[in-house]
Amino acid sequence: MTLSIMKQGRWTPFLYLLPALVIMFIFIIYPMANTFVLSFMDKTGTQSAAVDCMPGEPCWGVLENYRYALTSSDMLTALRNNASWLLLMVPGTVLAGLFFAVLADRVRYEALAKSIIFMPMAISFIGAGIIWRFVFALESGGGQQIGILNAIIVGLGGQPVAWLSTPAINNYALMVVGVWLWSGFCMTILSAAIKAVPTEILEAARVDGANEWDVFIQIMLPMIMPTIVVVTTTMVINVLKIFDIVYVMTGGNFGTEVIANRMFNLIVTDTGRSMAIAIILVLLTVPIMIFNMVRFRQQEAMR
Amino acid sequence: MASVTYEHVWKRFGDFIALNDLNIKIEDKEFLVLVGPSGCGKTTALRCLAGLEEISDGAILIGDQKVNDVAPKDRDIAMVFQSYALYPHMSVFDNMAFGLKLRKVPKEEIRKRVEEAAQVLGIEHLLKRKPRELSGGQRQRVAVGRAIVREPKVFLFDEPLSNLDAKLRVQTRAEISKLHQRLQTTFIYVTHDQTEAMTMATRIAVMNKGVLQQLDTPQTLYDRPANLFVAGFIGSPSMNFFSGSLRKDGANLFVDTGDFAIKVPENRVATYMPLAGKEIVFGIRPEDIHNPTFAPPGIHAEPVEAKVDVTELMGNEIFLYLVTGKHSCVARVDPRTRFMIGDKVQVVFNMDNFHIFDLSTDRENPLAVR
Repeated sequence: MTLSIMKQGRWTPFLYLLPALVIMFIFIIYPMANTFVLSFMDKTGTQSAAVDCMPGEPCWGVLENYRYALTSSDMLTALRNNASWLLLMVPGTVLAGLFFAVLADRVRYEALAKSIIFMPMAISFIGAGIIWRFVFALESGGGQQIGILNAIIVGLGGQPVAWLSTPAINNYALMVVGVWLWSGFCMTILSAAIKAVPTEILEAARVDGANEWDVFIQIMLPMIMPTIVVVTTTMVINVLKIFDIVYVMTGGNFGTEVIANRMFNLIVTDTGRSMAIAIILVLLTVPIMIFNMVRFRQQEAMR
Repeated sequence: MASVTYEHVWKRFGDFIALNDLNIKIEDKEFLVLVGPSGCGKTTALRCLAGLEEISDGAILIGDQKVNDVAPKDRDIAMVFQSYALYPHMSVFDNMAFGLKLRKVPKEEIRKRVEEAAQVLGIEHLLKRKPRELSGGQRQRVAVGRAIVREPKVFLFDEPLSNLDAKLRVQTRAEISKLHQRLQTTFIYVTHDQTEAMTMATRIAVMNKGVLQQLDTPQTLYDRPANLFVAGFIGSPSMNFFSGSLRKDGANLFVDTGDFAIKVPENRVATYMPLAGKEIVFGIRPEDIHNPTFAPPGIHAEPVEAKVDVTELMGNEIFLYLVTGKHSCVARVDPRTRFMIGDKVQVVFNMDNFHIFDLSTDRENPLAVR
């Protein structure tokens, strides 16, 4: 026994790790490295991005693709849109999820209510986008409105609205779909956290003189705060990567472009720019991942 | 400070009856212990009083006020939970101050009351800690502290000692009794441990299957249990029971267990004569069975033959597990007793203290005060 351990030497552990390392290298490390390298290449991926520089225009040399990713008007729209997605959809999903979780906790048909709210997560996001395209549909020729929203508006005597092509509202229309899709996810995780709060603690607070609002704000909320943070950061990452809804519903037209959609649209026509956008996206998500991991470790240490 | 009254209180969970027509009047400043096996309804009775469960029927009064529809927060009661239920994200100070802050008590007053309570309980040095940094005993004190700073009308305790180790439990038991003396407030205390009930209570309410069995002082409960259940529940080791019949022979009565027959002393014949000829259960406590050699003088001793099954030396006494034919019993005898396992021995029953339970009328004890 002892002999065989001694024989194994210091390299044997790496042998055991090898299969995992090989798979990680093929599917994670190599693509990452390749993306990184390609982000400095031109649209064909064969020479330096500097060849795209036009005389008399600003040029970042080998970082030319990053000039596009950070300063072009297309990308500025996408970055701005992503920022407003973050500002609205993250709180939107987390608050809606919390709201449903708290309400569901207090009704008898809890399982049914939660299943229904979680249901959108079971639909493919593409499918959800198509469903909502029908909801927002606009019949512009004066015919009957088949989109339920416009049908209601017209039914009430109003003018139909071009939900998806009016720049002032289309982004918000898309975010509604995002909230609809993801609040079920937030609800499920927050609901588990709420269930983990011991009933006796809530009862102690009630006997201590707390009304239901005090119990929620002063006891429940602080106790589930770690979970709220996890759900929020998870949603931040999800929203940074938001793609399917925009792709299916507007294709990024009418000022609804987002980072991931831009990346996808360029992947065939301009690999270099697409890869530079991908790197930007990774750089945006990594700090949040690290934050999540550090917090998780702190919580484990506290147990 | 207030009295508490349960008036014909029923609590049903679907088909299950947790409280069956409960009537208890708890006087102001009393220390009432609700005791019974698990599932007997004692905790439900407490939770109904706290307002954490709605009652199905009847009324609960705190003082003169009917509280059926009063929210827990407005009942002016404080409760110590079995799990202590401390708020994990708050310091000990904030845990204790929580109820006062909600009542908008001035800050300075809160600080004074929390520090005072902390001093009484010996936890002044822990005020800045979080509950997870405390031992079980310290948490228990914080839970008690959180209750006493509120200065409520009634204190409720739901098995507060069951998570403590044996030594700490005995110590804390005495401390809670002292606290009751000091605070002069109504205490209602739920436990399944009859020792806790006996040692702390001014009165004990014994419950079983949602029904109040007997409500009386510890001594009365021990000396005159109302029925077979109370007799078996109060006292440790519990009372020995022998099923049999009561045989009349002229002016004498004999308890006939099938294994042995014992003459009922003359002074008790009148009490039990109505049961003559009936199926009965004869009960005698372990301390009333003696080794004849060391039996105290002057007792009304009746000899019984038995075989020794197990002996347990406790130091100050010996528990003898005896078999008398089809019955078995426990005797608490003098430690000088030298009976061996398997010995056929003679023990004596002290017939000054025994009970006969009438099986035909709900196992009642004619001795019990009505």
